[in-house]
Amino acid sequence: MKAVELNDISIKFNEQYVLKDISLCIDEKDFMAIIGPNGGGKSTLLKIILGILTPDNGEVKVFGREPKQAKDLIGYLPQKLSFDPDFPINVYETVLTGRYHGLFKGYNQKDKEAVLHTLKDVEMHDLKDRQISRLSGGQMQRVFIARAIVKGPKLLLMDEPMASIDPEMQNSFYKLMSQLKNQMAIVLVSHDVGAVSTHVDKIACLNRELYYHGSVENAANGLEEIYHCPIDLISHGIPHRVLREH
Amino acid sequence: MLEFFQYQFMQRALIAAVLVSVACGVVGSYVVIKRIVALSGAISHAAFGGVGLGYFLGVNPVLAAIPFSIISAIGIGAVKQKVKISEDTAIGILWSVGMALGVIFINLTPGYAPDLFSYLFGSILTVSNSDIYIMLFLDLIIIATVYLFRREFLSVSFDEEFSKVAGLPASWIYMLLLALVALSVVVLIKVVGVILIIALLTIPAAIAMQYTYRLGMMILLAVGLGMLFTTVGLYISYLFNLASGATIVLVLGLAFLLSSLLKKDNW
Repeated sequence: MKAVELNDISIKFNEQYVLKDISLCIDEKDFMAIIGPNGGGKSTLLKIILGILTPDNGEVKVFGREPKQAKDLIGYLPQKLSFDPDFPINVYETVLTGRYHGLFKGYNQKDKEAVLHTLKDVEMHDLKDRQISRLSGGQMQRVFIARAIVKGPKLLLMDEPMASIDPEMQNSFYKLMSQLKNQMAIVLVSHDVGAVSTHVDKIACLNRELYYHGSVENAANGLEEIYHCPIDLISHGIPHRVLREH
Repeated sequence: MLEFFQYQFMQRALIAAVLVSVACGVVGSYVVIKRIVALSGAISHAAFGGVGLGYFLGVNPVLAAIPFSIISAIGIGAVKQKVKISEDTAIGILWSVGMALGVIFINLTPGYAPDLFSYLFGSILTVSNSDIYIMLFLDLIIIATVYLFRREFLSVSFDEEFSKVAGLPASWIYMLLLALVALSVVVLIKVVGVILIIALLTIPAAIAMQYTYRLGMMILLAVGLGMLFTTVGLYISYLFNLASGATIVLVLGLAFLLSSLLKKDNW
């Protein structure tokens, strides 16, 4: 079964197409980056897969279901959050909110064990009682990843995960991803092709429309296609490697 | 000091202060962590419009203010979700229009003109027994609601979008929180007034947040601090014969200032 199937999705805000005729399949163990400029519709696409937004046209299936029916199968890492630095919540409680069952249903022993287990997986167990703002950017991201995966989703969606961590932290982020990608499909969106392309298996190039979608290696042959992406996306900063060394 | 407690009106004022502190400490903790202080201010002033409407129609002002402020709270929550106007702008409009409506309604009311000032700063020294029972009832409603929805309130306050994704009815929970604010404002408006409500919703919770990272502890601390500072304020106002509501606000403000300075030293 496909993790995600999008068929001719379009959505407009204020009479403007934000996404137009997007068709995209994500396989069960894909590790995919959706790349595009800011305002290119990446977050909107994630929200459609999450079921927060409904497209004006087209069909969305997540593991063969309507997105809203697939909630338990999707983990979500939002873009950097803004909350009060003194917000009264610690690491453990933050991750526990990812096990939410519904109104009037408390968290049970299994939930608590799942939280501790997941915190071990992301190497944040020792800091489980720490208040959330007393963490570094990289640690905080691990906590939010833990919150996203604590339900045991089959699909992990991440909105600009690179934006909230220091460049030095990227390696440990990808190390964590390489552990997770055997358990679930992972999709991250990023405006920075250089930061992601040597780590992911597939890329999709999005700027209102979907310009390229496939393996990173084949992007070499499809250079002409990928150049449909806004040019600054591929060549911004110093010239860098889009491809893995081979 | 002892004679302070001997007056019956003072005893009732103290009981009122305790009950108000419970309501404001609990609701205020969420107001502060969800960052809806300005929104709560707007709801308080909109409630004033409801009070005016009550006088104009010749019904109990508090009863008239209940639907008025709950509707305005939910209306502003709906505005936020439609994103046609910014929440900030909506707050400014609701705040001023609600207040103006109250003034006009009272202008139009023939005969007896109620003292507007008492709705701004309240009249905690003239609390009746029935006021006390109403506040007790309000406290019970607030505690029960917060207890039942504690998981949802925490999650929505921290991260509304993630809450939605996790399957939580985030919009409804947010509206429920606003309705709780509105209900507290309306019931407390006659006793402590609009301005003291805002101070009591904000300041004890803001001080409490500086000293604990547990929400349950924050709420308890906010309630306790509210009781302490309202009592101190009442006593000072009694000693120097000052307006009680305004004195309590100033005591709260001073306490916050001192607390912030102390907190800075600890860093």
